[in-house]
Amino acid sequence: MKKILALLLAGCMAFALCACGNTGTDADADADANASGDTIVIGVYEPMSGDNGAGGKQEVLGMQYANSIEPTVDIDGKTYNVKLEVVDNESSNDKAVSAANTLIAKKPSIVLGSYGSGVSIAASDTFANAGVPAVGVSCTNPQVTQGNDHYFRICFIEPFQGPVLANFAKDELNAKKVYCLGQLGNDYDQGLINYFKEEAEGNLGMECIVDAFPEGNSDFNSYLTNAKNQGADVIFAPCSISYAQLIIEQAAAQGITQPILAGDTWDSNTVVAMAQGKNIKIYVSTFYAEGGDAEFEAGFKEWLNSDATNKNNNGGNDMIAAVSVMGYDAYFTALEALKAAKSTDPADVMAALPNVKYTGISGEIVFNEVGDADRHMAYIKVNNSETGVWDLAKVQEANAD
Amino acid sequence: MPEFISNNLPYLLAGISVGGQYALIAIGYTMVYGILRLINFAHGDVFMVAGLVMVYATASLPIYVSIVLVVVVTVLLGVIIEKVAYKPLRSAPRMSVMISAIGVSYLLQNCALYFTGGLPQIYPEIPILTKQVAVGAGSTKMVTLVTPILTIVLVVALVLLIRYTKVGMAMRAVSRDFETSELMGIKINNVIRLTFVIGCFLAAVGSLLYFSNYASVIPTSGAMPGLKAFVAAVFGGIGSVPGAVIGAFIIGICENIIKGMGWTAFSDAFTFVLLIVILLAKPTGIFGEKATDKV
Repeated sequence: MKKILALLLAGCMAFALCACGNTGTDADADADANASGDTIVIGVYEPMSGDNGAGGKQEVLGMQYANSIEPTVDIDGKTYNVKLEVVDNESSNDKAVSAANTLIAKKPSIVLGSYGSGVSIAASDTFANAGVPAVGVSCTNPQVTQGNDHYFRICFIEPFQGPVLANFAKDELNAKKVYCLGQLGNDYDQGLINYFKEEAEGNLGMECIVDAFPEGNSDFNSYLTNAKNQGADVIFAPCSISYAQLIIEQAAAQGITQPILAGDTWDSNTVVAMAQGKNIKIYVSTFYAEGGDAEFEAGFKEWLNSDATNKNNNGGNDMIAAVSVMGYDAYFTALEALKAAKSTDPADVMAALPNVKYTGISGEIVFNEVGDADRHMAYIKVNNSETGVWDLAKVQEANAD
Repeated sequence: MPEFISNNLPYLLAGISVGGQYALIAIGYTMVYGILRLINFAHGDVFMVAGLVMVYATASLPIYVSIVLVVVVTVLLGVIIEKVAYKPLRSAPRMSVMISAIGVSYLLQNCALYFTGGLPQIYPEIPILTKQVAVGAGSTKMVTLVTPILTIVLVVALVLLIRYTKVGMAMRAVSRDFETSELMGIKINNVIRLTFVIGCFLAAVGSLLYFSNYASVIPTSGAMPGLKAFVAAVFGGIGSVPGAVIGAFIIGICENIIKGMGWTAFSDAFTFVLLIVILLAKPTGIFGEKATDKV
């Protein structure tokens, strides 16, 4: 009996090993084919699991949809098939480097990603050493592109987003005291809180109370009680979606009436679904508001609904997340860069990128000297707790500066 | 003064509630340790799996049927883990069993990662637990009030079981001396299995309460509560059931008071500093007896 069991278990493991081995060789074979054949690889460096898994998946969906619309690219008179190689960075800074190395081994001409600034910063050197250019899709921390030539970005950055939110809090929510809650040591959370605080306290005369929670925390009751006891009239919580769900749930349970303000991460259908039927107001700033481009939306929804896996990755419905739009635009920006480079060599693509111009669904993309796209507009959305969708609250432009 | 109480009541409530949930997990650690001398690292992940089972069960079954199913599946899972991963190693060095436990823990986490696709799963609402109730000036979920009561009831029942029934006597005997109790005709395999059944049953109840409060399940959801429950078990004197419960309540309450005092960044650090201090000052914990073994 024992022996049979042991044999069975050993068999299972051997099978699992074989299975892994097979996929490995397949990938190698593909990589070889890419080098010689007329396929070009665009690396996708995104979180498919972990705290940011939900958002990363939606961003990748945008790229995959774009790829299904335009699966080929003409480079210097020759037509190449575009292959997306997706590697999961698990939303984790310490897995970032090995994920980036895995991606580099697939010989991409250009890399797109990531959702989340921390993982982008962590993998930046790996891409630099390999000489591969990278285009950030929705990572908003300024450090991603600062002081390097290979990282570009198509979204707005925190020195823009922070003040936009601060101004919104003052103008529309009449906030005087804001409770800021972010994850300890998370580049995105802390960065955004910093810029928010600078503007709110420096220019707008508001008061900010900053608090932080450790990674993996699930009990937000005490934080919310802190906010209430200290008399905050707005809660600013730019953290990842996993925590967003918990915060919403517990805020509703405690009967928190203060509006919750957050950054682009919270613009997700899982967040708005969580708030459905609860007496709670959530405002988020984001890259795109649904209704911006009807043709794109109809196509994307049809594509989502045609495949159960895609729909599942989008959180089970066909609501369009802003990051999907950004993923879509990032793919076409990459194609423009490849066309401009007239070569599949990453070095040529990197040289061509600063001059790439592309007008996407989310607006015009032109890179400045740092490598960031110039963006002057953010959409502020508010949840509708009856219908469970986002409504557009305001289109906020940057101030004169 | 009334204002002081109404301001700080939420911290205390949250602390008691989370303490009760840690307690239910901690009992699983402490009982298995008492009998097998094994720190069952997979216990926190069994707790997480119970949460996921609930998420998937309610997709197609009525809520109260799902609750029963969760308890049954969790208990079965515990028994299977014991049979496959621990029982064949009964005569092996203790370290091997421990490593096997760590292996099971990672296996469960990665299976969960595979099934959920890494996305956080929203835990279904159990109407009687998630109902809003007004406490003082604020409001909270029913589960906050139910947890400590249910925990205490279950613990009293468990202590009575250990003290006054035949199986309880067998458990105490096995925890004192493995070989002798076997010679005396106690079927130790049955006793060990029962220990896992009880531990996993409590973990399943704990998961119902915990995830009703923090309604999102991810593959690593079990890791932190598991670790803290383990600290609670050590704090109370590992092997002692009442010790584990008191340890869990102390940790839960202290954590939330620390958050309330504005040192939010240190709330987790506190738990583990407490572990180190206890190990240095009183290695057997508050309820631990010297040298003799107990359940």
